[in-house]
Amino acid sequence: MIELSNIKKAFNQNQPNEYWALHGIDLSIEAGKVTAFRGPSGSGKTTLLTIVGCLSRPTSGRVRFKGEDISGLPERFLTDIRRQSFGFVFQQFNLIKGLSALENVILPAFPTGRPRSELVAKAGDIFDQLKLGHRSAAKVEWLSGGEQQRVAIARALINDPEVIIADEPTANLDTALSKEFMAILEGFTAAGKTVLLTSHDPLVVESSAVHRVVGMRDGRLTEA
Amino acid sequence: MRIWLEKQRHLIDFTLASLARRKTKNIGLLLAYTLLVFVLASLTLFTHALRSEATYVLAGSPEVILQRMVAGRHDLIPPGYLDNIGRIRGVQKKEGRLWGYYYDPVLNANYTFMARPADEVADGHIMVGNALARERGLDKHNTISFRSYSGKLFTFEVSAVLSPDSELLSADLVLLSENDFRSFFEYPAGHYTDIALSVANPQEVRTVAAKLASALPDSRPILREEVLRTYQSVFDWREGIVLTVLAGAILAFVILAWEKASGLSAEEKREIGILKAIGWETGDVIRMKTWEGLLISLTAFLLGFIAAYVHVFHFGAAIFEPVLKGWSVLYPKFRLVPTVDGLQIATLFFFTVFPYTAAVLVPIWRAAITDPDAVMR
Amino acid sequence: MRPSSLALGMLAVLVTACFLIFGLVSRLSVEDEQKLNANRALVEKLGLTDLALFTEARYTRHPTQADLHSALQDHPGAFDHFPSGSLLPPPALLTQSHAHLAGKTTSPD
Repeated sequence: MIELSNIKKAFNQNQPNEYWALHGIDLSIEAGKVTAFRGPSGSGKTTLLTIVGCLSRPTSGRVRFKGEDISGLPERFLTDIRRQSFGFVFQQFNLIKGLSALENVILPAFPTGRPRSELVAKAGDIFDQLKLGHRSAAKVEWLSGGEQQRVAIARALINDPEVIIADEPTANLDTALSKEFMAILEGFTAAGKTVLLTSHDPLVVESSAVHRVVGMRDGRLTEA
Repeated sequence: MRIWLEKQRHLIDFTLASLARRKTKNIGLLLAYTLLVFVLASLTLFTHALRSEATYVLAGSPEVILQRMVAGRHDLIPPGYLDNIGRIRGVQKKEGRLWGYYYDPVLNANYTFMARPADEVADGHIMVGNALARERGLDKHNTISFRSYSGKLFTFEVSAVLSPDSELLSADLVLLSENDFRSFFEYPAGHYTDIALSVANPQEVRTVAAKLASALPDSRPILREEVLRTYQSVFDWREGIVLTVLAGAILAFVILAWEKASGLSAEEKREIGILKAIGWETGDVIRMKTWEGLLISLTAFLLGFIAAYVHVFHFGAAIFEPVLKGWSVLYPKFRLVPTVDGLQIATLFFFTVFPYTAAVLVPIWRAAITDPDAVMR
Repeated sequence: MRPSSLALGMLAVLVTACFLIFGLVSRLSVEDEQKLNANRALVEKLGLTDLALFTEARYTRHPTQADLHSALQDHPGAFDHFPSGSLLPPPALLTQSHAHLAGKTTSPD
């Protein structure tokens, strides 16, 4: 479903502090499965995920999504694909403070111009699935860590994406909540969604919910 | 179309929710902005209305007023002067006028005394302007005494009070008969204050004035067009107080816009990054911010303008009254005829709405066009 | 109620009010017209030349008739020491050249 050909990424190119995060990644990611990326910090996992999720472009190399080359697309089309096909759950959640959980969740759908009632209904469904219904009107800064993460997941789901990308999803959660998260992941697989995630956590990487583990070190793949 | 509309409503929802996070600050901003527009619009509306009314009403002023100057000062018209004018072609009527000023120690006010023909005011009677009547508690058939400059006391009966609608023109007028005028001021017999001439053809007025000036070298003709021009430049923006208010308002506005434009906080940058990361295009972010600028500036402008209109035309520009009244004792109560100078209001609109919206957009431009991966870091 | 509906609704109300105002001022009402014409008639009848706005001193009361020299003027054309001085410029005739008052005589000096 997702094919990466010789992906290289550099930061601050042509400047004294030039830094290559990825040194040529070739990877093929299967649809409908959960793929976990493990590796120490600085190995380039997060960078790779942002490239796959159309949040940034590779310095060189190609990304193919469902057969179509997306790395060269203009911003508008890239954003379209990002919005429709990818849902991102950030490590820091990156929710917008001062807004309620509901408002945060429906935010990614605003540019689509779908009617608000439709969005609120969809958000309601997702909240029910994630057992957040009673907190939908609360301001996000008042939510607990686990609740915030579920709001972040709900936000990633509002546009019904095919691929969910989660960066260090259990880093801020205790064991119980981590196990709950893995159960949610299994639900995604059951619904036919593809999941990519990064993690240090053995609870995640060694879980039965994960179908494939990809190792990374210093911007290169280790175990394929 | 529906999708576009719904999308704009979504963007507005977000903008308002975003502004609501700092409710007091943003409401304060809106109020300050509205106040600014209110003051500027009030000034514009008031001065324009006053000028238009003056121009319309003073179009009935005499075409030429002839004054006599002695050593650069205004002097009386001696007997026989009127005839020296001779028969200048185009002059329909020439009339010697009698008018002057009287200082009333009771109110510390200055009145303008004018002599009128006998069919308007009888001897022993006066007509007074409404402001005067109000200040001295006068009504029809009341009597009032004035002490002349020679020390004698003169008593008059008020035969009529001039219409309150004409206060702007007649606030301090006292109309009395010619005989009374002459005896009150001990005006030398046969002398007049000045001469009013009416000229039939408006294009001839300048020629007539030139002829008068050459026939009577010590005269000073004042044309109606000069009278009108004086009132065209009343409250001109170059005049002292107007310029001060204008400068103050513009400065306040610049500070407002500068505060907005002086860059984003890290928090705001991060939020724009988040919006882009969750699927908003650069265009969406910019549109949303434009709505923020427009909503605030449009609301402030409309509110300020409407408030200014009500202030000027229903409350008689009460805020400017102390300035206009200055050291006068008699101040006319007047309601201006509502009129709006479209061009000035449009200018006000462009200079308040667009700079503010631009000030909101400029700092987010850079943040809006960067790739969202910066959010991840 | 949805915030955008509130905001757009309020803007619509304000814009309508503005249009109403413009509608109002586009035509003189009957009473206003009567008032203006009555005042103009008064001006014609009495031969008035000035508005009675500034009654502080004689040269502010009749700015169009003021002469070149009056008390308390720092500059021959300036109205000063009264607030009205900062609102009214000196009449154009006072700032023009007055060479003609030097008197062009027909006979040689």
